[in-house]
Amino acid sequence: MTGQFFKKMGAAAASALALSPIMASAQEIGAVGRGHPEPGQFHLQESVTPIMDSIVAFHDGILMWTISLIVVFVLALLVIIVVRFNAKANPVPARFTHNTLIEIVWTVVPILVLVVIAIPSFGVLSDQMTMPDGERKYLGANVFSMGEVDVPAPTLTVKASGEQWYWNYEYVDQGVAFDSNMLNEDEIAATKPGQPRLLAVNNELVVPVNTTVRMQITASPSGVIHAFAVPSFGIKVDAVPGRLNETWFNSRETGMFYGQCSELCGKDHAFMPIGVRVVTAEEFETFIAAFEESRDYAVAVATLPAL
Amino acid sequence: MANTASLEAHATGHAGHDHHTPTGWRRWVFSTNHKDIGIMYLVFSIVAGVIGGLLSGLMRLELQEPGIQIFHGLAAMAYGLEGDAALDGGKHMFNVFVSAHALIMVFFTVMPATMGGFANYFAPLMIGAPDTAFPRINNIAFWLLPPALLLTILSMFFEGPSGAMGFGGGWTAYPPLATVGHPGPATDFVIFSLHVAGISSILGAINLITTILNMRAPGMTLHKMPLFAWSVLVTAFLLLLALPVLAGAITMMLTDRNFGTTFFAPEGGGDPVLYQHLFWFFGHPEVYIMILPGFGIISHIVATFSRKPVFGYMAMAYAMVAIGFVGFVVWAHHMYTTGLSLDVQRYFVAATMVIAVPTGVKIFSWIATMWGGSITFRIPMLWAIGFIFLFTVGGVTGVVLANAGADRALHDTYYVVAHFHYVLSLGAVFSIFAGWYYWFPKMFGYMYNEFLGKLHFWVMFIGVNLIFFPQHFLGLAGMPRRYVDYPDAFALWNRVSSIGYYITFVAMIIFFYATWEAVRKKRPAGDNPWGDGATTLEWTLSSPPPFHQFSTLPRIDSKDAH
Repeated sequence: MTGQFFKKMGAAAASALALSPIMASAQEIGAVGRGHPEPGQFHLQESVTPIMDSIVAFHDGILMWTISLIVVFVLALLVIIVVRFNAKANPVPARFTHNTLIEIVWTVVPILVLVVIAIPSFGVLSDQMTMPDGERKYLGANVFSMGEVDVPAPTLTVKASGEQWYWNYEYVDQGVAFDSNMLNEDEIAATKPGQPRLLAVNNELVVPVNTTVRMQITASPSGVIHAFAVPSFGIKVDAVPGRLNETWFNSRETGMFYGQCSELCGKDHAFMPIGVRVVTAEEFETFIAAFEESRDYAVAVATLPAL
Repeated sequence: MANTASLEAHATGHAGHDHHTPTGWRRWVFSTNHKDIGIMYLVFSIVAGVIGGLLSGLMRLELQEPGIQIFHGLAAMAYGLEGDAALDGGKHMFNVFVSAHALIMVFFTVMPATMGGFANYFAPLMIGAPDTAFPRINNIAFWLLPPALLLTILSMFFEGPSGAMGFGGGWTAYPPLATVGHPGPATDFVIFSLHVAGISSILGAINLITTILNMRAPGMTLHKMPLFAWSVLVTAFLLLLALPVLAGAITMMLTDRNFGTTFFAPEGGGDPVLYQHLFWFFGHPEVYIMILPGFGIISHIVATFSRKPVFGYMAMAYAMVAIGFVGFVVWAHHMYTTGLSLDVQRYFVAATMVIAVPTGVKIFSWIATMWGGSITFRIPMLWAIGFIFLFTVGGVTGVVLANAGADRALHDTYYVVAHFHYVLSLGAVFSIFAGWYYWFPKMFGYMYNEFLGKLHFWVMFIGVNLIFFPQHFLGLAGMPRRYVDYPDAFALWNRVSSIGYYITFVAMIIFFYATWEAVRKKRPAGDNPWGDGATTLEWTLSSPPPFHQFSTLPRIDSKDAH
């Protein structure tokens, strides 16, 4: 019985290894969306923050492997059963209903697997939920480390408020705010050609690169729940009326990064995207100074180079 | 190889009637017969399933291509809107369909089929009881369901948000969208519908618990009781304890909407997140309510067609108890993005992962039951084996989602939609079809055409996998759920998913044709068409069973298992 168990394990492992090219990480496959999805994409969007680095590493490096092996293992067992134990191949059924060893194995082994998953899992989660202070190290892509990535304390605070059906962004310390609405197809063609339909916005949230941004998320007090999400940053937080939720990100790349509202909020739930434009530190300095002075987003954004 | 005790019961099951079987409409409207009531539940479930499936069909039709192709037209037709108003109406209508599809599938299809249909019909038979403990409660529990369904359907024809019709808040009905966001009466109709359906389930649970705890035949200790009866017992307790919390939550929502309370309204000191805690305290046990009876059905079918007893009976029974128990303390894994503290999230991650252990024990035990067996691949066995594989796929994506760190990226995306449809449409629904094909000969006395039943299985298998597997890709790529339209990059997998729906639709046509054919051809089933692997008491009765069975109770020998 035990010998058969190990033989079956070997068969399952072999079939799993044969499928391993499919299990390659998002980074190796390449050409996956950065800041927005690519057509036919079947993996997580490319990461530009330490938090998303750890989510991708945890999912692609540990979770995908574990669940694929389990599924392949169960499938292999079922195939063996169909072949070896159909009525023709095995006319007399066995009568056993117990096997203490195997029952212990299939209780203890899953527990061990779950513990192995839980250790990096708690690390990834703690990183997400802990605001950087400049001292604490973050896991980044190495989720089995004790933390190797330096992340500076936040130097910019942005409050995002979910409305029906758009986002309002406020640079809290600077005391300036603006609304961000989805652009329809005609507006995209006229003002921001080439940007993706349903993701392009009129007024992007502008933030500096390599800067820890503290995001405070809420919603209009008389409104409904929304959720603020940017996949490439690895962030998603509910925007709840009467509640101020907090998260943070630090993007190491400039460019445009999109997300979409992630909590059902009414008829235009699919039509209130999030557009974040990450610029250089110098560009941001100019932008925010112009914004504070003019209190006009259009004036401020005109200081930035064309997209 | 029916045991001697049950042969005795069989023989005496026909004697001693001093009244005749009721006829006409009274037989059904005033029924106090668990078998008749079970059949009514099953018929109701099929009708509701068709409605729920048509709703999702229209949704998949819309989602096949980027852009909005049909919902503005649908809104124009249904509500007489034009131009921009039709587009707005169409977007909201999509949310109404999303909400109604889920409510109908959960409360009016899966639950009535498993607990109303199979549990009522077969739990008393399996424990050797003549009927349930409270036959009249059984009747009212069923007849509460058609009005409850009607209330949900009616809600679509009353105002929800200003100027729009129907309730579009999701089956989860979070406030403030369901309150402030839907000033019209549509939400109240949904609340009443859930109240009535909830009462129906609670009454059914009371009846089944009392029956199973008190009316087992002499010699049938709990540890000799068949696993399906165990699954019904655990599920009934979950219903009893979870549904009142839902009732409380939606009643608080009703008073917020109509009587000036502010439980969930921040301007009155209330908290929208409180509703989520209350809802999911019900909502998580609810998903185990939907799957546990299916686990019981699969145990019976796997044992029958392997001609081998279920491996590890005690572990199987107590794994279900453990799943039910732990299922009550994991609810906030549906709320990882609401702003819960790190410690709270860590607790729920750990507790949620614990459930994987007893569930894994069951999967491995079914495999061990088949191992060494002598298996015939009849129609029910195909569904059961399909279930074992597909539920494993759905279960492992659940393990992924359990990790709050990963859920950060996947919450409210199509990855979640894929996960729960794998465990429901490919889990619970497969187990329901398995039970249907397994017990159809017993309930109606006729055999299915083997080819047609297997064709149904294979076409459905291909169809539902095509619908839902690509949705994992959409979720990983970032496509949010409950979206009527999506960025063009998501087009490919949406197209594949919609094609999967059309194939599944064909499978359902095959199913209805095959059922009609079986009833027309009337191939007699006999007491036990499945052979010596079918060892539970229902197979000792005629097919269909007599109107009243076990007037003299069977005695269960000490050497008998279940």
